[in-house]
Amino acid sequence: MRLWMLVAATIVLSFISLFIGAIDIKPSDLLDWDSDKTQIFLMSRVPRLMAIILAGAGMGISGLIMQSLSRNKFVSPTTSGTLDAAKLGIVVSMVFFTSVGYMEKILFSFTFALIGMMIFMRLLESIKFKDVIFVPLIGIMYGNIIGAISTFIAYEADVLQSVDTFFLGSFTLVVSGRYELLYVAVPAIILAYLYANKFTVAGMGEDFAKNLGLSYRTVLNLGLVLVAIISTTVVLTVGIIPFLGLIVPNIVSLYMGDNLRKTIPHTIFLGAAFLLMCDILSRLIVYPFEIPVNTTVAVIGSAIFLVMLFRGKAYAKK
Amino acid sequence: MIEIKGLSKSFGKKPVVENVSLTIQPKAITSFIGPNGAGKSTLLSMVSRLLDSDTGEVFLDQSDVKKMKSNEFAKRVAILRQSNHLNVRLTVRELVAFGRYPYSKGRLTPEDEEHIDRAIEYMTLGDMEQKFLDELSGGQKQRAFISMVIAQDTEYILLDEPLNNLDMKHSVQIMKILRKLVDELGKTVVIVLHDINFASVYSDRIVALKDGRLVKDGPTNDIINSEALREVYDMHIPVQEQDGCRICVYFNSHS
Ligand SMILES: Nc1ncnc2c1ncn2[C@@H]1O[C@H](COP(=O)(O)OP(=O)(O)OP(=O)(O)O)[C@@H](O)[C@H]1O
Ligand SMILES: [Mg+2]
Repeated sequence: MRLWMLVAATIVLSFISLFIGAIDIKPSDLLDWDSDKTQIFLMSRVPRLMAIILAGAGMGISGLIMQSLSRNKFVSPTTSGTLDAAKLGIVVSMVFFTSVGYMEKILFSFTFALIGMMIFMRLLESIKFKDVIFVPLIGIMYGNIIGAISTFIAYEADVLQSVDTFFLGSFTLVVSGRYELLYVAVPAIILAYLYANKFTVAGMGEDFAKNLGLSYRTVLNLGLVLVAIISTTVVLTVGIIPFLGLIVPNIVSLYMGDNLRKTIPHTIFLGAAFLLMCDILSRLIVYPFEIPVNTTVAVIGSAIFLVMLFRGKAYAKK
Repeated sequence: MIEIKGLSKSFGKKPVVENVSLTIQPKAITSFIGPNGAGKSTLLSMVSRLLDSDTGEVFLDQSDVKKMKSNEFAKRVAILRQSNHLNVRLTVRELVAFGRYPYSKGRLTPEDEEHIDRAIEYMTLGDMEQKFLDELSGGQKQRAFISMVIAQDTEYILLDEPLNNLDMKHSVQIMKILRKLVDELGKTVVIVLHDINFASVYSDRIVALKDGRLVKDGPTNDIINSEALREVYDMHIPVQEQDGCRICVYFNSHS
């Protein structure tokens, strides 16, 4: 697959995404700058598109970095407790630090995501049995434990509902003014690209990395910080997008390998295009209503994941 | 020159390297030999900073290796470990190119490309340079790793059993290349070998370890004789002279 094909697909899908929806907007309607339709277009359709692209690209990159640093193809933010830890951060800030504002809540969430991820990486280092299925299963279990803690705390403190509104996570709620946090992912993605070679070297393992003079721990920590930033912003604005961080980097790896300098651009556009496609399907299947994009992603994503598991066993093994 | 002074390492209570001191002669091939578990890999890992020693120091041209900057160290000393599980899908050429990482951080200059080309040519990997590592056989992979270490172009090259997985032809080829690196480019090579005949034919000096201790250290001919080898391996190893080389014929010997 060539990069330009993915870019072209992203552009075409973006165009489709902008012009479907309950209210019929045609490109020609936009000529009238003050019309209601133009307003809807700018306040709702454009933000939604940006959110989808950033979330798709961001989740893809997060997965890619995690897989490289953990040296395991089946690790991703959704299967390693990262997002559950981010949620726990919000719960803790709501219950124990009631006075803090939105920004502080986000910082809490980010910090918890980072710590949650670091604990998971430690866990991975200490288990012997790094099976293709075993690792994501442990990650999901670990996430569920953190999730249970969140729910317990939230339930006891009677804030379950306000927590849930924090995580409703759907693109329907994305309107201008509610999604701008996602732009924080942009510098994180750029940094990931600038550090691509370092991540690749770190992915070769500690001994190779040290032999090549890389400060392994620093790069590892930087990578985890980037993943925590990206996944926290995504989960706080559009909710949990399962499987994307798992399948997109794996597909790219299949045809391009694991040299991050080369694979990051592909991961960005494949992630964006994949999420756009899922979102368009979500809006068309029960038109004029929508099904949550997370559901569509989960259905398509799990199917692709299963195919990868059965067909890719040979390639995924060490 | 690498000076090893009183190096020790224990895992738990078990000492695996005990008070080893020796000097690695520059511009020469030094072979480490000894039985399984003697501590050869552990010693090499400590010299190359992959593993911290419990006590003792390693000096590289008078400076303590622990105090050197990682990146500077990587331009002077390269190490290839005994087994390498690389589950990263890189092409052979990409892997070899990462040998230039200490210099270019991945932005390859024309000079880097030259080093990469030469290293690939040395290991005759030209016709598979675009293949992914996971599509190679064990021996081909091993040659790709060696090629990467050669591209790193360091004064000191430390190789832990690099002939693992290699057939006779490629083993000979690699030993000849190492000889060339030493004789023509003035590199210093330290290599762990189990096949004492390769050690005998190609190395200038031999260091023998046993149970974590240094038992022999000297020019090749001082070590390749039946008495010295008995001390190392506890077995009778007849040595024959052939075309000016000492060959050990141990295949049907008894202890
Ligand atoms: N990480 C470790 N933890 C515990 N013990 C270890 C570790 N690494 C090595 N050892 C022990 O240290 C001893 C020396 O190991 P080392 O790998 O240095 O031997 P070696 O001379 O390279 O052997 P071989 O020829 O089999 O490669 C062995 O008894 C081994 O069991
Ligand atoms: Mg060894």
